[in-house]
Amino acid sequence: MSDALTMEALARLVPVGSRVLDLGCGDGAMLDHLQRTRACTGYGIEIDDANVLACVQRGVNVIQLNLDEGLALFGDQSFDVVLQIDTLQHLRNAETMLRETARVGRIGIVAFPNFAHWPNRLSVLLGRMPVTRRLPYQWYDTPNIRVGTLADFDALARKNGLLIQDAFGLEQGRVLRWMPNARASTAVFVFTR
Amino acid sequence: MHFAAALALQSGASIRDYDLSFETYGQLNAARSNAVLVCHALNASHHVAGVYAGQDRSEGWWDTMIGPGKSVDTDRFFVIGVNNLGSCFGSTGPMHVNPDTGHVYGADFPVVTVEDWVDAQARLLDALGIETLAAVMGGSLGGMQALAWALQYPQRVRHAVVVASAPNLTAENIAFNEVARRAIVTDPDFHGGNFYAQGVVPKRGLRIARMIGHITYLSDDVMNEKFGRQLRHAVLGAGAGDYKYSTQDVEFQIESYLRYQGDKFAEYFDANTYLLITRALDYFDPARAFGGDLSQALARATAKFLLVSFCTDWRFAPARSREIVKALLDNRRDLSYAEIDAPHGHDAFLLDDPRYLGVVRSYFDSIGRELEGAP
Repeated sequence: MSDALTMEALARLVPVGSRVLDLGCGDGAMLDHLQRTRACTGYGIEIDDANVLACVQRGVNVIQLNLDEGLALFGDQSFDVVLQIDTLQHLRNAETMLRETARVGRIGIVAFPNFAHWPNRLSVLLGRMPVTRRLPYQWYDTPNIRVGTLADFDALARKNGLLIQDAFGLEQGRVLRWMPNARASTAVFVFTR
Repeated sequence: MHFAAALALQSGASIRDYDLSFETYGQLNAARSNAVLVCHALNASHHVAGVYAGQDRSEGWWDTMIGPGKSVDTDRFFVIGVNNLGSCFGSTGPMHVNPDTGHVYGADFPVVTVEDWVDAQARLLDALGIETLAAVMGGSLGGMQALAWALQYPQRVRHAVVVASAPNLTAENIAFNEVARRAIVTDPDFHGGNFYAQGVVPKRGLRIARMIGHITYLSDDVMNEKFGRQLRHAVLGAGAGDYKYSTQDVEFQIESYLRYQGDKFAEYFDANTYLLITRALDYFDPARAFGGDLSQALARATAKFLLVSFCTDWRFAPARSREIVKALLDNRRDLSYAEIDAPHGHDAFLLDDPRYLGVVRSYFDSIGRELEGAP
């Protein structure tokens, strides 16, 4: 999900000048973008060696941590924004981390592949797990251990008492607000405590 | 370099007319902005990189890291290695003459701390005409000095690179140091630290100190992989692998290795220096003046930090580096932290793991870009 339009659509959700914590920051491209175009500061969290190296190469602050160990390093409401972009689907403790995201950040922004996107539904209807551009893995080797939908996340957020400030779909960088759960391959939520 | 003026030490004592040995690599740029100070750990020296002409095996102790084209590129940075006060590689130490008494210091060498070393290093930089360091870096005890630099001279440090280090020693760490010290002090050849006049060296104590230290620098896995339960005579091809049923002979290969390391160390290292440096390790605790609150202690630091730890390092475990990370985060400082999954234990900081060297290289690349972009 690194294409420029998607990144820009997500970056627009981040207030200018925010202090940002990017959970699962990958190669640091998003933080770099936020620092250059929106005067943000902050840190990325990554577990992968190559991604940590890429962040240091870019000059993006990165902290090598396993998110499944939690966010004990970070104080309550110590960031303006906590991002989880294509991270949630890799977490064993996705629910805990959702609460942690809301604890550490004043605003939480989560984006993840929406399993209810119509090509996925069609595939399952035909009896096979989907393999798409957005979910390019076979069922037996996917790193996405959590598959959910816009509607699922909505329910999880409410269960945890989070206030959803905005929710929409993203399809090839375009924001979809009409029937996003069927029409968008990416789900996006903005929430607060 | 000679320093005539007295240096006030943390203990309240002072030291005057002392020398510091140092080496430099690369060229100081016109703006005097590309200096990198490298701080050494327990048994290393100012010779951090390169080789001495005509001398075999004379590579600097951090030669994997520092040199032309290496992670800390001496074609780009002016690297300074300095031997600390109390050490035994050229700088004034317990084997030298005390100008106040005319006798060798021996046990009377003043107790020096990490903070004292940093003050002495700062004086050296003054003499070299270097106001600001592009970076100060070190591993283990050297990392403590890098951290102390950022606290004592925040305006003089742009970046601090702290590898395999800790904000203080744990009780277990102090315990290991104490066993090593007792081995030295109880060696009959130690003579209360004044063995120089007797023409002897407390080699037995030094050997044991080194053996204990060495065990703690390695990981269980690496030791098993390297030595396992191999028998010495089998390795030498001298037997079919039967036990000797001896309590005092070298039986296992690990014993041979530790004895070899101990013997080698006792040939060149000074017993009083070992006591002094392990004590400096014990005393280091910047949070102490702040009721144990490391975040408050690090509020003074303005440098950007790179911290690196190694997963299998149990002497300076990753959790200890994370304490520093947390304290810096609490102060909203710029930092990056890499936790390298290397198998080698504490020793990994001296070895050539490509992930580790790659992160440091990238970090120094960005320091270099910053210097070039700076007005």
